[in-house]
Amino acid sequence: MFEMTRNVLKNLMGKYSTRLYPFDTREPFERFRGTLDINVEECIFCSTCAKKCPSQCITVDVKNRTWTCDSFACVYCAVCVESCPTQCMSMYPVTKPAAGEKSLIFYQGAAKIKKPKAEKPA
Amino acid sequence: MRTILPFGPQHPVLPEPIHLKLVVEEEKVVEALPNLGYVHRGLEKLTDIRDYNQMVNIVERVCGICSCIHALNFCEAVEEMMKIEVPQRAHFLRVMWSEIHRIHSHLLWLGLFADGFGFESLFMQLWRIRERSMDLMEATAGNRVVISTNIVGGVRKDITEEQKTWILAEIDKIEAEVRQVEKTLLSDYTVKSRCCGKGVLTKEQAHQLGAVGPCLRGSGWAQDARMTGYAAYGQLDFEPVVEHDGDSYARCVVRFREVYTSCDLVRQALAKLPGGELAAKFKAKPEGEVWRRVEQPRGELFYYIKGNGSKFLERVRIRTPTFANIPPLLAMLPGCDLADVPVIVLSIDPCISCTER
Ligand code: SF4
Ligand code: SF4
Repeated sequence: MFEMTRNVLKNLMGKYSTRLYPFDTREPFERFRGTLDINVEECIFCSTCAKKCPSQCITVDVKNRTWTCDSFACVYCAVCVESCPTQCMSMYPVTKPAAGEKSLIFYQGAAKIKKPKAEKPA
Repeated sequence: MRTILPFGPQHPVLPEPIHLKLVVEEEKVVEALPNLGYVHRGLEKLTDIRDYNQMVNIVERVCGICSCIHALNFCEAVEEMMKIEVPQRAHFLRVMWSEIHRIHSHLLWLGLFADGFGFESLFMQLWRIRERSMDLMEATAGNRVVISTNIVGGVRKDITEEQKTWILAEIDKIEAEVRQVEKTLLSDYTVKSRCCGKGVLTKEQAHQLGAVGPCLRGSGWAQDARMTGYAAYGQLDFEPVVEHDGDSYARCVVRFREVYTSCDLVRQALAKLPGGELAAKFKAKPEGEVWRRVEQPRGELFYYIKGNGSKFLERVRIRTPTFANIPPLLAMLPGCDLADVPVIVLSIDPCISCTER
């Protein structure tokens, strides 16, 4: 039983192993997949993300140029981020805040003014 | 007088729902009848509407604890079917992540086990050590449990040199800290009196009833799917951990010592980590039939997949280790005291939601 004594003393004397969470948060890891966002200006509405998404939570309306993601169905796997041809999606290492109600991430792209050829991203 | 007592589906020691009908005669269990099916999710059927790349993410969710190993098995099966040559670096990284997963799973179980017989502070201690392995996964792969690193053809994430040094340092710390609690858990009088000689599964029974994983190895069989050399295990030095008593204590010792083996395997994998590509490119569509087995923390995991030349697989059949360990559990229970039932049930490390998928 005495093997634990050192540990017990350390736990009693040492600093806390836990944090006082909402007030004291931890620096997230750089690769942490926390939240998903899209830079809609660069999106070409190709629907690749919607097709690849394993939880099928992205809806791309090519005609009306809208991009919608049900962030509560998203599993934050980053498959869409990796498959996007224009690399316009990104994941940030921020924990998604608690929400009172379900909401969608909705983006309306700018209307296609120029001819399709000029639409190509840089 | 015989009484039938319901055990579960809600029970303090069970994080997941399994119902056992215990036929009890004066506090001694005479017979146990299982009742499953509370958390069936129909994941296998999803293959009709999700292609084989998306299925990787779905099979990862079969089990909340050993997710990475499910994906590994599925990817290996699809790769074998499509004859994809996986780069060596991917194989070694897969081993690394699988073993970190095993460490976290075993520490989780050891903590729950300690909690199962009321040793709350040890539970906290073990879970604190476990946080290190969770950090390893979060920093290298981006998530704590469902790390989604395996893809068909290889892996998605790489590790940098600094991360490699850090992983090795953390693994050393995990091992040192686990060694500190070893004596408390394994030679403590109370722990021994709750586990030694309880829920014995003899060597013959283990074989006949098809036990897998620590249940099988705790009963004296040196069988571990890692010996088949899948991923990079063939190139690493590996000895299965075997105990001979077949009781709850033996199963606990097997898992405890496997934490050390896993630490060792992570070190070996990182020492031999070759450079090169992370994932192979391929064009084929899955066609044919393949089965594949790998070792999960709970035992042998079996996948059967059938492809029909389209991107949707025709059939995915998953046999999880807990499924195989339920018949041995039913053989362990008769003869034990009613008070020992929770600890014995825990000793097979039941993972019900993977059993029912
Ligand atoms: S894959 Fe990228 S460019 Fe295509 S629709 Fe999705 S976000 Fe837009
Ligand atoms: S992160 Fe995964 S689940 Fe979420 S939208 Fe992207 S592909 Fe879908």
